[in-house]
Amino acid sequence: MQAADQTLGTPEAQAPGFLTSSVGRKVVMAVTGIILFGFVTVHMLGNTQAYLGKEPFNHYAELLQTMVHGAGIWVFRGVMIAAAGLHGWAALSLSMDNWKARPVGYRAQQMKSATWASRTMRWSGVVLAAFIVYHLLHLTVGSAHPAFIKGNAYHNFVEGFRVPLASAFYIVAQLCLGLHMWHGVWSLTQTLGWVHPRYNKLRRGLASALTLLVVGVNISFPIAVLAGVIK
Amino acid sequence: MEKHLNLTLHVWRQKNAQAEGAFAEYPARHISTEMSFLEMLDVVNEELIRKGEDPIAFDHDCREGICGTCGCVVKGRPHGPKERTTSCQLHMRSFEDGDHITIEPWRAEAFPVIKDLIVDRGAFDRIIAAGGFITAPTGTPQDANALPVPKQNADLAMDAAACIGCGACVAACPNASAMLFVSAKVSQLGLLPQGQPERYTRVRDMVARMDAEGFGSCTNHGECEAVCPKGITMENIARMNRDFIKASLLYRPEVAAGGAG
Ligand code: HEM
Ligand code: FES
Repeated sequence: MQAADQTLGTPEAQAPGFLTSSVGRKVVMAVTGIILFGFVTVHMLGNTQAYLGKEPFNHYAELLQTMVHGAGIWVFRGVMIAAAGLHGWAALSLSMDNWKARPVGYRAQQMKSATWASRTMRWSGVVLAAFIVYHLLHLTVGSAHPAFIKGNAYHNFVEGFRVPLASAFYIVAQLCLGLHMWHGVWSLTQTLGWVHPRYNKLRRGLASALTLLVVGVNISFPIAVLAGVIK
Repeated sequence: MEKHLNLTLHVWRQKNAQAEGAFAEYPARHISTEMSFLEMLDVVNEELIRKGEDPIAFDHDCREGICGTCGCVVKGRPHGPKERTTSCQLHMRSFEDGDHITIEPWRAEAFPVIKDLIVDRGAFDRIIAAGGFITAPTGTPQDANALPVPKQNADLAMDAAACIGCGACVAACPNASAMLFVSAKVSQLGLLPQGQPERYTRVRDMVARMDAEGFGSCTNHGECEAVCPKGITMENIARMNRDFIKASLLYRPEVAAGGAG
């Protein structure tokens, strides 16, 4: 490299676009992560209506199907597909760069602050992707459901979880969600630069509280069905 | 109190950048606990030279923790098991008699091994050249205090400037990311008034160079911060991200219409 090239940093010539840069793709991951976690949290809150019984639950499901004359759910689906797609793309492309960055590993490496959650983000993410596909086929489309009745969400919910293997997969997927969320919520604040000594404890606390709440309530659904509390 | 240790070293040996490397085993006998880690390697090398063998090549210069030249992965930790310590400041009292010590070079695509434990950290220099500087008129010095600097910014900039560029952050990161290093340099200049004119082109240029050199990206494991001999914090990475986001959102190409004079 010429000395002149090294020292005259012209942004046009040197800086690639936002989406090709490492920090830019991290920001995509964080913003889509907020959308996905935001959805998961609201979805969990909505589903607690299963404890109120058939009528309120099916009424809620119908409301979601018909909001804005039925256009609402498609707008919402578009946003979710875009967010999931972008998140998966950023995760894959950053992970591939990261693997390339360390072609030869260590014989003896000792980690100190990395957590189990932080080191398994890629794998918990892949399990979540598989789960999302299954979940849609199970309770939205119905093709992976033993006794699907279109328009009777409550029935599908209860009969779906009566199958122990299906419930077991739900619970495993929720534990993966917990790992992904616990590291992800904290990590996204760092990625977006929301760091300040005054609020750092809160960042960890928020991640832990949100994870416990979402995963705890979600896991309670299949257990409640299997235990006969919801029937 | 001084004691003497007998150790077994497992050292990465590699003739040059092209050669295949491998681990070799060496005894290190009668090593005083008051020696530094590099002095221990000196003793082992004396012995190798006496036997007519090639001594172990390792980088070092100041041997007092300020230049950032030394550095190898000792027992799985960059710069060894002690916190806030460079390899040259590590003492043999941190080891036990009979220990097996694995010694490896920094491992990263962007840091090719030159020989044994020495890696080429030219990538760091090229990142600095891409934007880690300020443009300032030299000449007669200004009056002191002509530029007010808030005390907190001065302290934070000073903390960031403590980075000696040793590369332990890259070595420790599971992704071989250089973001702790780059963010320390971005922060050190971006926090001070002298760094403002180039603040937002700097962060984009340095990140672009960092990516082009083949470093990975941060996934917030925190290994860099845990291993840094100078205690550089991940808050710097957050600051770099913040500046990068702002620089990208508000980027406008240079125009010289009315202002061209
Ligand atoms: C398509 C499947 C998925 C894959 C392959 C995946 C993979 C990843 C990877 C590799 C990271 C980066 C780890 C890090 O920076 O520490 C990440 C971060 C994250 N993921 Fe996922 N994930 C997936 C699905 C999800 C889902 C369903 C959610 C939300 C419910 C989610 C939310 C997040 C969040 C919030 C982050 C943190 C972003 C940041 O570090 O700034 N991910 N994901
Ligand atoms: S030799 Fe200078 S820091 Fe270790």
